[in-house]
Amino acid sequence: MDDTTLPTDEIIIKGIAAAPGIATGPAYLYTKQVPRVEPKPIAPGDVDAEIERLNAANARSEKELRKILAFAEQKLGSESATIFEAQVMILTDGILMGTIKKRIADELLNAEYVVSTEINKYRQMMLASPDEYMHERARDVDDVMNRIIRNIRDQKLYSKLEGASIIVSETLAPADTVIFSRNQVLGYATDLGGVTSHAALLSRSLKIPAVVGLHTATKLIKTGDLLAIDGYAGALIVNPSAETLRILQARADRFFAFEQQLAGIAALPADTLDKKHIELSSNIEFAEEIDFARLQGSEGIGLFRTEMQLVGRADYPGEDEQAELYTKVAEASFPHPVIFRTFDVGGDKLAPDGQHEENPFLGWRGIRVMLDRTDIFLDQLRAILRASTHRNVRVMFPMISTVGEVLKAKSLLKQAMEELKMRGVKFDSRLKVGVMIEVPAAAMMAEQLAAETHFLSIGTNDLTQYVMAVDRGNDAVASLFQPFHPAVVRMLRSIVEAAHRKNNWVGVCGEMAGDPLATVFLVGIGVDELSVIPPVLPEIKKIIRSIKLKDARRVADKVCALHTEAEIRAFLSSIIKNKVPEIPFEL
Amino acid sequence: MIERTVTIRNKAGMHTRPAAALVKTAAKFKAEFTIKKDAFEINGKSIIGVMTLAAEKGSSLILRFDGPDEELAAAAVVDLIERGFDEE
Repeated sequence: MDDTTLPTDEIIIKGIAAAPGIATGPAYLYTKQVPRVEPKPIAPGDVDAEIERLNAANARSEKELRKILAFAEQKLGSESATIFEAQVMILTDGILMGTIKKRIADELLNAEYVVSTEINKYRQMMLASPDEYMHERARDVDDVMNRIIRNIRDQKLYSKLEGASIIVSETLAPADTVIFSRNQVLGYATDLGGVTSHAALLSRSLKIPAVVGLHTATKLIKTGDLLAIDGYAGALIVNPSAETLRILQARADRFFAFEQQLAGIAALPADTLDKKHIELSSNIEFAEEIDFARLQGSEGIGLFRTEMQLVGRADYPGEDEQAELYTKVAEASFPHPVIFRTFDVGGDKLAPDGQHEENPFLGWRGIRVMLDRTDIFLDQLRAILRASTHRNVRVMFPMISTVGEVLKAKSLLKQAMEELKMRGVKFDSRLKVGVMIEVPAAAMMAEQLAAETHFLSIGTNDLTQYVMAVDRGNDAVASLFQPFHPAVVRMLRSIVEAAHRKNNWVGVCGEMAGDPLATVFLVGIGVDELSVIPPVLPEIKKIIRSIKLKDARRVADKVCALHTEAEIRAFLSSIIKNKVPEIPFEL
Repeated sequence: MIERTVTIRNKAGMHTRPAAALVKTAAKFKAEFTIKKDAFEINGKSIIGVMTLAAEKGSSLILRFDGPDEELAAAAVVDLIERGFDEE
């Protein structure tokens, strides 16, 4: 074959854009898999030296883990840090280490092998349990084991990371993300994870481009491969051609210029040219994100995901612990409003007491769980109420499918209020209540749901998934996940109209709210609030400030008359190119 | 040697935090301490063993203490479990 006819062996891997930015550089493949551990006989005279290697490895492992523990406590809170503390305890587990040392001496085998077989016994037992919680613990045990073995072999975890690199990994723990960032990290690319993973969140705050959900990146890429990472489009390019690099560089320049241009926009209102104000707020998961959201010009928190408190723990936090967090968030956000969404567990989000279900997305999730677990729900409602004294707190129920559920949830809210009153605790008795519209049944009943509430907030991801009957995580059908499908956009319009008939305001807090392609349409159908991830706030605001409501309405009419998603996307893309030509996004 | 039977009361069961608390309490005493659940027996002073137990709420455990301070050890451990590990 004539090499000159092969322009390049470039491979483009599509993933999910998790943190904006563009970078090129060599790959550093970070795998947590430990190479095979083989039994190697040792001489009786070497037993002491072998045990000394193990002791030294344990001491180093403990030092590493204590650093991670300190970071986790600071960043995630002491509750979530418990798991690292347990890992330290395993390292210093006298019974376990005593058995390992005795076996090294009795069986005359190398320390790595004995550590691996001994710890694996426990790991296997944990994996044999039907309980998902035990499987998580098996991963923790696995982590400790790999750490010890790596340290016995005296390998430095990050020693191979020389010079600036793009980290390619199956998944990244928060601790990895931070430790790496002390080195020269150009970008993060992971096989697993979503935009809401801890790693994605941290890379955004560290301002390092990241693409997640790449599925096969670790299999296709070797350390040293030349990579380009596009944190805007959510793509990773292996062996990029000169042409690709030129296009990416041009795009990076345009984004940079656009960002410079947007620098002053944070202080300006999100008003259309004909002065229709859109409330532009943020979706966040941690109190620490509020500062960044404010800097980006956020008008409040349109979605605070309370279930993030449950990550890495086996129980629900009590009322006091939650009240402390919600109060902190409400105060940091004041005078702007905060919408606390009650625990949205189930589906893809594991509940502490989650049961295995055949169809989790059609199962016990969101409000359905909370209405069955009223003790937990009441704890949370009281905690939210306690944070409401500044009158900027709102509460929202997820996964509503019937009016009956709203009535039940509201009566529990009333009960929570009564209980606080009895205790003499202050709260906002006129706290505004809203529901998420993400189930088609709720969309059809939007007017009746609006009659029972103050606001509706549309979760476009789940709504699209349920309307199209498609699991977006299933590659075989993922192309049917079409948020701009005519069925979805028409449904969005009918929800907004229904809510407005009852004088409710309507927000959109799904991914679509942060998609520049959707902004004109959403403004056109009359959406009152858009809640987005903080990094995209300036861009969405720029679009709002570049259009007239009356033009946006015409665009919405046209969109609702089209027949395919492709037509709608092409039309909306032409509108953006025409109205806001400086938006540098690729369609 | 003394033996006690206890029932796990806290709603989350013997997850990581209670397991750590149990091991820390047992470590204060000289007595050997084993926990038996169903047909499965582990050393109660070993965190990895206790984590493996997967003792959910309502499960029954047989605790055995053996050593000079076995009475004190048993009292402290049983008290911790009966207090539900001070969790809500």
